[in-house]
Formats: sequence, structure tokens, C-alpha cells
Amino acid sequence: MGDPLGMAISHAVASGMGGMRAAGDLVARMQMTRGMKIDEAKTYVADKLNVAVSDLTDPVLMTEVRQDLKIGTLHPVPNNPEGIEAKVKIAELLDIDINCVKRLRVS
Amino acid sequence: MGKIWTRFGDGTPVALTESELMRDLEEGTEDAADRAKVAPLSQDELKHLFSIFASPYRFVSVEPGKEVVLSYDGTPLKMWRTQVSVNRIQCLEIYEKLMGADTLELGHVDYSFKPIKPIVGFEQPLMEKALMTTTAPIFYGAMPNLGLYSQPDGPFPNPAELMPEGKIEEAQESYEAAAEEAVKDIVYVCSSLYESGADGIVLDTVGAAGDADFLAGLKACEILKKKYPEMCIELGMAGEFVLGMHGDLTYDGVRLAGLYPQDQVKLAEKAGVTIFGPVCNTNTNKSSPWNLSRAITFMKACGEIAKIPVHVNMGMGVGAVTAHDHPPIDIVSRASKGMVEICRLDGL
Repeated sequence: MGDPLGMAISHAVASGMGGMRAAGDLVARMQMTRGMKIDEAKTYVADKLNVAVSDLTDPVLMTEVRQDLKIGTLHPVPNNPEGIEAKVKIAELLDIDINCVKRLRVS
Repeated sequence: MGKIWTRFGDGTPVALTESELMRDLEEGTEDAADRAKVAPLSQDELKHLFSIFASPYRFVSVEPGKEVVLSYDGTPLKMWRTQVSVNRIQCLEIYEKLMGADTLELGHVDYSFKPIKPIVGFEQPLMEKALMTTTAPIFYGAMPNLGLYSQPDGPFPNPAELMPEGKIEEAQESYEAAAEEAVKDIVYVCSSLYESGADGIVLDTVGAAGDADFLAGLKACEILKKKYPEMCIELGMAGEFVLGMHGDLTYDGVRLAGLYPQDQVKLAEKAGVTIFGPVCNTNTNKSSPWNLSRAITFMKACGEIAKIPVHVNMGMGVGAVTAHDHPPIDIVSRASKGMVEICRLDGL
């Protein structure tokens, strides 16, 4: 129970990483695929993106980085990858297996 | 300073004096420390919590750089319950594009593995379709919900009826049989969704029906990780300690009944869980400062011992968030900030 503004949005604003407005989805992937704790996951992603750890939650900087690296942006950009196409790039960039990408390649 | 406005655990507003606020913080941490046999919060930590509650602003946040990853349970259900007319893929798109979600979670309205098993063939194409259009990682979530395996909802005699009759062994046997069936259902559903490309699985509200429920979750994780070593499994608990409804069940030689988060996480790690979600239930008769101080004491002990990422449950009615359908942002933001800044958390 509980409404989205009271819980999900409040937590996202108070303490979240911003999802794909910034680099929250990428840091989450390192926890999920490598079991990394938060500091290690942030440092890993920052190194791969060639940015500072403090940049990872900045939506202005990260929009530019995501657009340059073609890893999906909040507002779709013409001729830039979205959805699973962006995840192909994310898997390569972070050097991880993404389940659906792996299965797409096999099929 | 005048009185400080805060709330009770049910959301009712209350004004506390400075000494009342500090007393509630101290009593909350002492209660948790006594129950779980862990260290209480230090005076510096209590002072930090005091400053969070004393803040005059209606919304507070963590300091830049201390942000954590957010994961969710029952994501589409949160919208459907308000009768917003969106389908489940649209829900995920809204979470991803409009709500700053770091991860997404697909779940069925009947959020338990047992009812999902016969319709999993309809859940798989939905997951496959969602994975095509979204970028953030997607979990599939449901609950072991052992209550569905006893009569009249399931095949086994109801332990809640057997126990008052003094049929303790029969009740225990029923719990054990239910757990075995639940493990099969969890493994079947999770395998299907993982083979459809899901990034991870959420076993949610584990332990809701007691120690047999927790055992089912642990055993299912163990089997799934052997089958799919790369599978991400997030195991979220139902309460701060495991109810001993059976009483004698063990995992890896450890009795499950009565375990608190700092011991639950050790077993979760042994079972192969990737992310652990400890819980502290909100006491509606106590103030939010009391609840948050208490919750942080449990979670800090868990976070300090955990080798795997810890995402503390901070939804309605847990983690000091008020037990009300519309959690007030003053308390949610204070709970979020306090929990993240004092515990060494990896997410919520």
C-alpha cells in the first residue's frame, strides 16, 4: 500500500540516484550483477563513464554523457539508442552481462 | 526552540518538546538494542537524528554524494490501487521516465508466487515486451505467502486451527509441507521469468507466515542460484524478527525463529541472495522519532555485518514510514535521510 508520491517519489528526491535522469540505473546494475556495495558500484561506473563520482547524480552532466555514449536518455534523441538497443551499449560499456541482451544475441 | 511538530506511527500529527523528542529517540534505540542484542545508537547519532526532526522544513534530503540506489516492490500495484488507468508496461515507463526510478519491478496484482504459477505463460511475454522498451534493470517480484498453502486456500491442514487443538506436530508437518510446495512454485515462476530476460527477482515480504515462509525463500534462492549463477535475487523481509510459527526449523544449522536482521542477512548470503532487504515494522502508538531511532538501530547492525548490498524496506508502515495509505513527505523524507546517513546502506 501507499501512494507513489508519498513513497517512491519522496525517496527518489530525498535520497535516490535519479535513475536514467542521471546514472542510477547504471549503479544499480553493478549491485545486481556484481553484488557491489554502493561506494564500489559508484566508483566503478564513474570510472567507466570517465566522470567524477559526484557527477553520477547530476542530471545536466549525465544527460550529455548518456547522449555521447548512446546509453539511453530520458528524452529520446533522434538516431540515439533506446530500450534494449541502449542496453546493448550499457553491457559493453560496463563490461557486464545483461540477461535480455544475452538472450537476444543467442536468439 | 518551541515545540517540534512530528507524527505518530499512524501519521497523526503531534508536537514534542526538545526533551520529549530526545527521550523518544533514546527509548527507540534502547528498545531495538535490547531486542536484537545490538549496540544502541551513539549520542552523536542521536543528535544527528534530533537535528533532522528539528529541521523546520517540510522536506529534507541526504547530503550530495550520499545518494543510494532505489528498488521497489509491487510497482504497478501502487498505481492500480489509486485506479489510475495504466497498464503494467506503462507503469514501468512512468517509474523510469517520470519518477526517477533506479530500478523497475514487474508484478502481478495477485502478488504471490502460487497464483502466478498457472498464468506465468502470460507474464513472460509481458516481461519480454517491457524489456524491449525500457533501459533500467527490471525485477520480477512476488511473495512466497505460505498462507495460501493451507486450507481453505491450499491443500494442507491449517496450522492456525491445529495449534489451538494441541496438535503441534501436525501443525509443524503442515508448515513443512507448505514450504516444500512454495519452493517449487517460486523456482518455477522465477526460472520462467529469468529465461524471459528479467534482470532480477524480488522475493518480497519473506517470513510473513513465519519461519517456514523464510525457509521457503532461502531454499528457493539456493536452488535458483545453482541453476542460474548470474541471477540477481533481492530478498525482502516481512518484519524485524522471524516469527517462530513452526519453532524448530533451521537453515544451515541455524534456528530461524526469532532471528533479527543482522542474523537474517548471514543466512541470506549463504543462500546466494544478491541484495538483502531488512524490515522494521512501524509502531503506530509511538512517535516517528521513536520509530526511526529504533529502525535505524536494527538496520545499522545489519548493514555493518552485511557483505552483500542492503536495501532497507522504507515503504508504508515499515522503516519508520507511517502506516497510512498516503505517507506524509515530512516523515518519509526524514526517515529516508536518517536511515541513509546513519546506516551504511546501499539502497532503499
